[in-house]
Amino acid sequence: MKKPTNLSGKAIVIKDTQGKGIDDIDTDMIFHNKHLHITDINEMGQHTFGNLPGWEEFPSIVTANTILIVGKNFGAGSSRQQAVDCFKALGVIVIIGESFGAIYKRNAINSGIPLILAPDIMTTTLNSGDQMTIDLTTGEITSEKEDVQSKQVTPLSKVQLDIYNAGNLFEYGKSLE
Amino acid sequence: MGCQIRMGKPIIEKIIADHTSEEVAPEKIVWLDIDVRSARDFGGANVVKNLETNYPGESHVADPKKTFFTFDCVVPANNLGYAENQQIARVFARNNLPRENLYDVNAGIGSHVMIEKGVATPNSTVVGTDSHLNILGAIGAFGQGMGDQDIAFTFKTGKTWFEVPYTMRVTIDGIPAKNSFAKDVTLGVLEQLGSKGALGKSVEFYGTTVDALDLAGRITLASQVTEMGGIIGLITPDERIIDYCKKRSGKDFPIHKADADASYVEDIQYDFGGIEPRIALPPNPANVKPVAEITGIKVDSVVIASCTNGRYEDFAVAARILKGRKVHNDVMMKIVPATQEVYGQMLKNGLIELFYQSGAIISNPGCASCASGQIGMTGEGEVQITTGNRNFAGKQGKGDTYLASPATAAACALAGEIIVPEI
Ligand code: SF4
Repeated sequence: MKKPTNLSGKAIVIKDTQGKGIDDIDTDMIFHNKHLHITDINEMGQHTFGNLPGWEEFPSIVTANTILIVGKNFGAGSSRQQAVDCFKALGVIVIIGESFGAIYKRNAINSGIPLILAPDIMTTTLNSGDQMTIDLTTGEITSEKEDVQSKQVTPLSKVQLDIYNAGNLFEYGKSLE
Repeated sequence: MGCQIRMGKPIIEKIIADHTSEEVAPEKIVWLDIDVRSARDFGGANVVKNLETNYPGESHVADPKKTFFTFDCVVPANNLGYAENQQIARVFARNNLPRENLYDVNAGIGSHVMIEKGVATPNSTVVGTDSHLNILGAIGAFGQGMGDQDIAFTFKTGKTWFEVPYTMRVTIDGIPAKNSFAKDVTLGVLEQLGSKGALGKSVEFYGTTVDALDLAGRITLASQVTEMGGIIGLITPDERIIDYCKKRSGKDFPIHKADADASYVEDIQYDFGGIEPRIALPPNPANVKPVAEITGIKVDSVVIASCTNGRYEDFAVAARILKGRKVHNDVMMKIVPATQEVYGQMLKNGLIELFYQSGAIISNPGCASCASGQIGMTGEGEVQITTGNRNFAGKQGKGDTYLASPATAAACALAGEIIVPEI
């Protein structure tokens, strides 16, 4: 079954107190290693960004259909899958970032979370709470903010779409039978 | 995009293009057909668990002939965890694969076994749970380590997805000093590039220094591209490598050279003429200095082994230095061949006897001190010289680990302190 490729939601933009994008957020800041024993995906959500100064309350401000906007090298560090799954648990539907850690990218794609590359999205006037739409197949953004609307972003590749449509890597494997 | 000018392709893009139906260009993510799918004792049991949980009651292996297990980290298992995990993987292999596709605890380091047995050939694609599987760049193959979920998926489907990397070119010219070897050249590159110098990139090695390297030397160079942050280091196979791989595999394979107008994101040249022996100080492999600058540090333990320097040629150099001499009284010297075949060669040519006479501890093939202490770990304050590829804090125990060539390691074992080898 095909999933919607046109995703609408409310943005949460991960910035510091000066209003700048936070780069190099590693997997320990996203999901601290003291919670690694948690295997139930629903329980994972509440620890998201528990170790990112200023964003500890993130789980309580997320609503269903959140579009997460992040800076450079998001998800650097260890290979833990929880750092992806915790966002899924909270209702984040897509992560748009300036760049991502290599293993994080593999893990996110494998678990069916669309990652969209938007090299200087943090320099736009996009704010938390803004309503926006992203078309995963064309990379087109619809927003009331003009500078956001005109942003060129990379659409999902065929591979990413294959896995996204199946749900995750293993489900995709089943669909090949 | 209309009439974009297409530049020529580097090697990695040609190998990938041979294994996908999609368009290949840097940053593109493609489905890649995998010729050899493997797991080792580390990660292997999780591969099996992933398959059983996600595909209950189904067949788990798309093509048994192309699927392998190689046990090498802790062989034979010296703790219960490894013993149990090996047994899970062993039983799975016996039930699902041809018997010869299980390289059990006697075989040696998986990447080397795959080269020797002709499982990996130039231009082939190979994945496994070993983060140094990119060592296969030494024979012009695409090898890549991945996590256990990714590998389970490849067992099941025969493919994986991969983001085509950019390529950088590193040209090394010159004849190293008489007492410098492939490891010194490799550490020399690490010294220049640092731990992120090749981050996310494929590296192509050229130049007279690289041309002169035999299979063992190419393996040494390719094995440390991981420590440079690179995806893989590729060396175009020469006649010697092509002959070897043909004999071992009984197969023919295409040999891809980079196009003359291939586009490189970086183009670096080194003159390593006369380069002196190098050593990497703790706590990271890029912390490299000339051995001559740190002589005199007392040494407690010396290891000649690993996927970086565990081949016959490496032991032959060490033997030249140790012949007829005794290891220093305060030094534990450990010799671990990379594979059973290397062990056999050493036995046949008298190297085992020679090392025995010099007072070394000689072990069966495997990853030696590298992963979880097949031949023991270091205690706090212990200084260890190893020919391996990583010296991060805590990886091989609490002691301080230095990385050097087999020649330097052997010389240090005799002197009981860090010393420049004489050849
Ligand atoms: S020797 Fe060390 S680096 Fe090489 S394969 Fe074994 S564990 Fe990995």
